[in-house]
Amino acid sequence: MSLHPILAALRKHKAGVVLIALQIALTLAIVCNAVFIIYSRVEKVNRPTGIDESNLLLITQQWVGAPSMDTPAGVQQLDSMLRQDLDTLRRMPDVMSVSSITSLPLLNSSWVGGVSLTPGAQTPGKNDIHTAMYFGDDQMVGTLGLQMVEGRNFNASEITNKGMRDQTEPSIVIVTQDLAKRLFPHGSAVGKVVYFDGGNAPSTIIGVVKRMQTPAVGWGDNFTWYSTLMPTRINATFSRYIVRTRPGQLDAVAHHVATALYNSNPLRVIDDDDGIKRFSDIRADAYRADIGMAVLMGVVCLILLAVTAAGIVGLTSFWVGQRHRQIGVRRALGARKIDILHYFQLENLMIAGAGALIGIALAVGLNRLLMSKFEMDSMPVYYVLVGLAVVMLLGQVAVFVPARRASNVPPVVATRSV
Amino acid sequence: MSYYFGLAMRSLRRNRMLTALMVLTLALGIGASMTTLTVLRLLSGDPLPGKSAQLYYAQIDPYSKDEPFSRSGKMPWLMSYTDAMNLLDAHKAPRQAAIAQSQIKLIPPDARRRPFFSDGVMTTADFFTMFDVDFQYGSGWSAQDDRNAAPVVVISDYLNEQFFGGGNSVGRSLRLGDKDFRIIGVLKPWAPQPHFYALHLGGSDYGRGAAVFLPLRAARTAGMEPRNTFFYAPGDRQVLETAPVIWLGFWAELPDSSAAAAYRQFLADYVQQQIALGRFQQSHVKLSNLMTWLSDQQVVPDKVRMQTGLAFSFLAICIVNTVGLLLAKCLRRSGEIGVRRAMGASRSAIFAQFMMEAVLLGLAGGVLGFVFTEFGLWCIRQQPAEYASLVHLDGRMFAVTFGMSLAASLFAGVLPAWRACKVAPAPQLKAA
Repeated sequence: MSLHPILAALRKHKAGVVLIALQIALTLAIVCNAVFIIYSRVEKVNRPTGIDESNLLLITQQWVGAPSMDTPAGVQQLDSMLRQDLDTLRRMPDVMSVSSITSLPLLNSSWVGGVSLTPGAQTPGKNDIHTAMYFGDDQMVGTLGLQMVEGRNFNASEITNKGMRDQTEPSIVIVTQDLAKRLFPHGSAVGKVVYFDGGNAPSTIIGVVKRMQTPAVGWGDNFTWYSTLMPTRINATFSRYIVRTRPGQLDAVAHHVATALYNSNPLRVIDDDDGIKRFSDIRADAYRADIGMAVLMGVVCLILLAVTAAGIVGLTSFWVGQRHRQIGVRRALGARKIDILHYFQLENLMIAGAGALIGIALAVGLNRLLMSKFEMDSMPVYYVLVGLAVVMLLGQVAVFVPARRASNVPPVVATRSV
Repeated sequence: MSYYFGLAMRSLRRNRMLTALMVLTLALGIGASMTTLTVLRLLSGDPLPGKSAQLYYAQIDPYSKDEPFSRSGKMPWLMSYTDAMNLLDAHKAPRQAAIAQSQIKLIPPDARRRPFFSDGVMTTADFFTMFDVDFQYGSGWSAQDDRNAAPVVVISDYLNEQFFGGGNSVGRSLRLGDKDFRIIGVLKPWAPQPHFYALHLGGSDYGRGAAVFLPLRAARTAGMEPRNTFFYAPGDRQVLETAPVIWLGFWAELPDSSAAAAYRQFLADYVQQQIALGRFQQSHVKLSNLMTWLSDQQVVPDKVRMQTGLAFSFLAICIVNTVGLLLAKCLRRSGEIGVRRAMGASRSAIFAQFMMEAVLLGLAGGVLGFVFTEFGLWCIRQQPAEYASLVHLDGRMFAVTFGMSLAASLFAGVLPAWRACKVAPAPQLKAA
């Protein structure tokens, strides 16, 4: 089919053509970028933290009238209170294991420090590697369900305790595989010595766990998988415990745990909202904003595509109505139904194609703009290509109904009212 | 006019589906943009209208050149106790305040209720006058109280409501942490959004604000800890007043720009003096007006700005769509236009007739858009963000919704109406 008559006809409808093309261009630009944003959020939300997330409960509580954490006597008193709590929790029915802990992946309350291969390095030094530190006891690895890939876990006799502001570093640590590889790219990290926070006291790596995310949410992307486990109970005016319950008993334990702790020592505050948290809640809290953004973008994209399709249907319908007689003449002169159908389809293909070409430029431009204003990555080319295919297809689907109506115009129309 | 109204109504009714489609797309665009615009306005608004122009945030840099606060040249957000006290004692501005926030354990007077934690502001005497904080009962404390670490406290209206049933509680005692404080003032509701005075001090940036306000020295004597501390050098970390640590925000009230310039010079001189003493290495200082400080710190989350952009592009597409449909519609009515023109209607009459149709579309879009906006805001209120509960459509934004919808539909209507009034009557009549 020759393109010439189509072009000639389109020249008579400049405004309409420009509007459809513009709409397709804008739709393509926005949908590409929105889908790219959705995909990057979903990818982030779906990554596993490395711990076994089911049946985990985190308890955060504060002591009332606690002794000072800066005097040796106060620290020992705090530690005995903490051990009493651990004991209380371990005796509870349906509790499998318990550890004291300072934070959890995605909790967004973190203890970040520097780790280096040389003693006395200033922190944060230029070549320092950041790591999130988790302080807990010998039950920590088991309770969290971490997978040891090398070396061994802490044993009970190696666990120490210290006040929160005490800067002594532990003599042994466990690190994640990513951190081990970063520190010791060649060979095993087990048995090697590292220094924390610019200190002079060596810490020996005794084990490596497969994967454990840091508590950071929305920042610290340069050390997401660099976690370090320390064999230390931290004594402060508050304490945290991680509890693994028997499968299916999480709610029961969550329900009774506050009472059990108050019964063993009433001089404490467990916050009604944040004191007792299931890990699933922690994960949901951490990613709620990301999921909300993704859903919003998705809804807007769908509405946008619907609006654009409706616009094409509307405008093409009018054109069909307007060219009623011309269609009849063509049919009378021997054009088949399929020719009329193809005419409108090809016309739409040309308009949508022109719009999509502008749209590609707009999409890339918008991505550049977003990259300069927000923290965003460069959009891979295939997003644009898929977007291109989608809007072209959308155009064809939208044009089909009015085009079929056009093809059903009987040749006899030509003989009327001319 | 009423004739045009009748014509427009008839024309809109003739193509019900099409009219519904145009109103719906317009309303969706309006709803999306108004929802995000309301959030944006809430977040980027002036927390203290009328006073913000005179409030300045001071920054100096105690970090070393080798280990700077940030590699991209950002100034440290907070100040050390030593520096804040030196600046306060110099009295170079009519009013100044050093501020930190703490999580404070509140013990309800009713012993049956459990203690809980709430944000508390630790600051100095000028805080209340400087930030235009009004008192319901009593007053703030004096500079003398600051020096003596007097155990006094100013409480918020909501805490007074919660603990004392909203009565005059001045003179009563309140247990905070492990110490008793005497209440000397109860505030009227005061919660500038965002809590500009608490940026980088920990705690929330939006919401009902701190529950208690304490003299800095008294709070520290009672063992309260600031929520945010940044150590800038190695050294003894036990006592925050002497340790190399920044944890205080510093504000000055300066009546005009010449006073601000003078204060900036004073800061620069102070830093030079500290460099001479060997305490500082870096000489840069910064004195930002409140609104500049807020925009520099990007209080408005990226997410919100991105959503607003998205919503307005969406509205643009909706408008383009409406233009297209209106255009097609009016071209189809060329015959009718030809008849009216031949009967003596002027071009402006045709133009007015088509614009009337656009106005009706705009009004309908505005009503439906308002419904969508309320729905959108309701969705936002279900979100976990701190500001979520504050998002409401006020009278002005309500008016803006209609204004924007009308503007959008008029804008969309101009091209079709223009084309319509250009229709030449003769060929149309012939064709018909």
